[in-house]
Amino acid sequence: MSVTTSSPKLNRIGLPLAAYKGGKTTLCAGCGHNAISERIIEAFFELGVDLQWVAKFSGIGCSSKSPAYFLGGTHAFNGVHGRMPAVATGALLANRRLIGLGVSGDGDTASIGIGQFVHLVRRNVPLIYIVENNGVYGLTKGQFSATADLGSTLRNGVVNDLPPIDICSLSIELGATFVARSFSGDKKQLLALLKAALSHRGLAVLDVISPCVAFNDHEGSTKSYKYVKEHDDPLGDVHFIPSYEDISVNYEPGTTRDIRLHDGSHLLLSKLPEDYDPTDKMAALRMLDDARKKGEHLTGLIYIDTNSKDFIELLNLPDEPLATLPVEKVRPPKEVLDEINESFR
Amino acid sequence: MTPSDTQVEEARSALQTKKVVNDFSIRVATVNGTGSQTSNLVLLRALFQMGIPVTGKNIFPSNIAGLPTWFIIRASRDGYLSHTRDSQVLVALNPETAEEDVHTMPTGSAIIYDEPLTLDRLRDDVVFYAVPFNKLVTPICRDPKLRKYVRNMIYVGVLAHLLAIDRDEIARALNKQLGRKKKALEMNWAAIETGWQYAQQHLPKRDPFILEPMDQNRDKILIDGNTAAALGCIFAGVTVVSWYPITPSSSLGEALIDYMKKYRIDRETGKATFAIIQAEDELAALGMVLGAGWAGARAMTATSGPGISLMAEFSGLGYYAEVPAVIFDVQRVGPSTGLPTRTMQGDLLSTAVLSHGDTKHIMLFPGSAWECYTMALEAFDLAEEFQTPVFVMSDLDLGMNYWISDPLPYPDRPPNRGKVLTEDDLQRLGRFERYRDVDGDGIPYRTIPGTPLPAYFCRGSGHNEQAEYTERPDAYVRNMDRLARKFETARQRVPAPEVIDHPRARVGIIGYGSSHYAILEARDHLRQQANLETAYLRIRAYPFNEQVEAFVRRYAPVYVVDLNRDGQMRDLLKLDLPAELTPRLRSVRHYDGHPIDARHITDDILSQEASL
Ligand SMILES: Cc1ncc(C[n+]2csc(CCOP(=O)(O)OP(=O)(O)O)c2C)c(N)n1
Ligand code: SF4
Ligand SMILES: [Mg+2]
Repeated sequence: MSVTTSSPKLNRIGLPLAAYKGGKTTLCAGCGHNAISERIIEAFFELGVDLQWVAKFSGIGCSSKSPAYFLGGTHAFNGVHGRMPAVATGALLANRRLIGLGVSGDGDTASIGIGQFVHLVRRNVPLIYIVENNGVYGLTKGQFSATADLGSTLRNGVVNDLPPIDICSLSIELGATFVARSFSGDKKQLLALLKAALSHRGLAVLDVISPCVAFNDHEGSTKSYKYVKEHDDPLGDVHFIPSYEDISVNYEPGTTRDIRLHDGSHLLLSKLPEDYDPTDKMAALRMLDDARKKGEHLTGLIYIDTNSKDFIELLNLPDEPLATLPVEKVRPPKEVLDEINESFR
Repeated sequence: MTPSDTQVEEARSALQTKKVVNDFSIRVATVNGTGSQTSNLVLLRALFQMGIPVTGKNIFPSNIAGLPTWFIIRASRDGYLSHTRDSQVLVALNPETAEEDVHTMPTGSAIIYDEPLTLDRLRDDVVFYAVPFNKLVTPICRDPKLRKYVRNMIYVGVLAHLLAIDRDEIARALNKQLGRKKKALEMNWAAIETGWQYAQQHLPKRDPFILEPMDQNRDKILIDGNTAAALGCIFAGVTVVSWYPITPSSSLGEALIDYMKKYRIDRETGKATFAIIQAEDELAALGMVLGAGWAGARAMTATSGPGISLMAEFSGLGYYAEVPAVIFDVQRVGPSTGLPTRTMQGDLLSTAVLSHGDTKHIMLFPGSAWECYTMALEAFDLAEEFQTPVFVMSDLDLGMNYWISDPLPYPDRPPNRGKVLTEDDLQRLGRFERYRDVDGDGIPYRTIPGTPLPAYFCRGSGHNEQAEYTERPDAYVRNMDRLARKFETARQRVPAPEVIDHPRARVGIIGYGSSHYAILEARDHLRQQANLETAYLRIRAYPFNEQVEAFVRRYAPVYVVDLNRDGQMRDLLKLDLPAELTPRLRSVRHYDGHPIDARHITDDILSQEASL
């Protein structure tokens, strides 16, 4: 590492931004996934997350490779295609103190992995689950994925004539407690949503539209940079206020909402459409449906529920990680085995 | 038809001349879904309590109600705990199979049947006892819905009287089966009493079969392998369990839930020291286990053939990324859905190399319910020591049937958590490289997340010593060779085979798993019938320990007993042994879904010996 003359800016735990970086990306220049990696680095740096507790998870795909390119000093588990939810669930049960960050693709989540994704949502596993959604399988060279919009075309002109799986609507249906959509090109919104996800207890689903410059950035694609920029329909502005910053907010009633997150942080949503309520499931589903009909990408915090228990609470797990419970806690004493043997006599 | 006077006379004299004590088997033929399992377990338990060596085999259908089911209780004063195909006492309650059931019985058998079936018309070389079950049950049980269950307790009373089973032991056994359900207890006891009295008044003893108390079960327990396995996992300190229901492994998962709730809730905090997840499928089940194992927990799953097939991809990940996991495969009959409620050792070959690429897995083969427990303990140690999935290859016969066993021993050593890097290791080694073989045994050091020690990137894609992604041929080969070395190390650490040599033996027998007791009995048959002394080696793990090769060198031919069509263990041995030894291997195979019996082995070996 080179020594810089001016001391770098340090975060609240005394680390420079560089500590949050990862290996050099091997993804295509301009790939949306790279921008998402950068926002992850910023979010974790700015909030001063202790990297010892971070565990990254991914499946298989260009998107799933990206955990190698951010938060380099942390543990990571890059599993098999579509099965990251199971691996993450197991790890988080083993150690509830881990801050789980999962990165998947639209193929990884909505095709091969949809079964596991569905059950991850049902269980409300405390995990940030990012779908880097480009509407195609990048790594296998551009076939349609199950999130491709009706009428969207491949580079060779083939038209998608199957309805898309909307990851946000599906998640809401299944009882997800934090559902957001963003765009890899919207730095401010994505950064705020990532920070909010870090403060949420339970599963945070972030469906991030992330154009594939190699296979899905052409005219006719509904997930090209150009199309998304023109059809991005943000649900107002999102502003994240961490718990350790004491800021009192004045906001206009009606179009602004202040959402208190589990760790005491706040998510301020301003310039909201009249009477939009992100805690209203049906309203959220209707909005998503309306936007889809108009060919628009609704982005922002779409739905949140800060009351439901997460999976760890449901399972009544102890405060210490299961993985490191001492043997006295996990091996009952000899008298117990004697009693059991007696019951079989 | 009532038996003629001369027949009765003959039977009586038969009884006088050759009383058969504690050496026969009882076959109960019923319709499944009628609660006969409870009645059968009461009988089994009563015999166990009387100190008689006894086994119970449940031959049941893959169905909830309405198909034929048989339960075979074998009493053996000589202590043989294996299955036997011949029964001498039949309880025929299933109209659909009754005639066939009667015809399979040997001459001189005793047959208790439901009176309206008029089975006594079928044969005159056996003793029939007609019992009007419906007439007897009506006054005991008003509720017609319960009646079909209570009805089955009547034969317990009839048999108890005819065979001289101690009534107190029946009462104790019933108490054990029904426990706190007071009303059910009363009603069932009334049914037993009714059967007893009916037999006393109407069924004079005309057969030679008698049970007498012995003293063979002192300090023994009666347990099924799945419960024993679950207990092994609990005392191994398992913390994360993820499973998907499938016969015949479900009772392992269910036993875990029951016992964990009872014994693994922290007394001080009231918190669960475990997480048990019913996963959405077996892929997820193993995925969760690997996630938990990677994060440092002792994690396991239990499944059967179809689940093993689904676990293939994750098994390869566990092998290649080197993540500990314990997988119980309670084998059933395949291929495909096969016979879900019948037993087989059918998954050996596919599990040994489960997943694509050059994959090899450690397998353990419990040969008794006791070993289902002890091997659970060993499996967790091995999985963490070798940082790899370990498969415990049980089967339906071991897992779901009841076995007389020594009490389960308390673990005599703390769990072996393997090479989890410590601060001291780091000082000593100077640096942490996840996949470097620093000790020469192929086993690298690992760190677990949530500690201040260095992190690494765990992946199923190509990696070098530093766990970095690479496609370099040299790095790939180095890693694969190290994994092979690690497997060689395992050869010495897995449970060694059990060997019984004999100075006069020329012939050897190799067995594993649930054929153990049948082989022990067959060896006696071979000695008694054909003066053929045999040596016996019971394989307890794969990779094979060098004693296996030495055994094959000492004896020829060596008969390998397999519960599958293709001789899978024989084939696995062929892959492992030096080529000059493989012609010594011969195969004894049994694959009709029923537990293997000694006679099958004896006959097969004798006929192969004759054709030598
Ligand atoms: C079981 C299995 N089937 C197929 C593949 C091949 N494969 C690798 S990545 C991929 C699709 C990835 O698409 P997506 O999740 O959208 O990620 P992207 O590359 O677009 O970021 C496929 C089909 C695989 N690795 N494993
Ligand atoms: S192929 Fe597409 S998804 Fe993959 S790295 Fe290139 S731009 Fe990104
Ligand atoms: Mg994609």
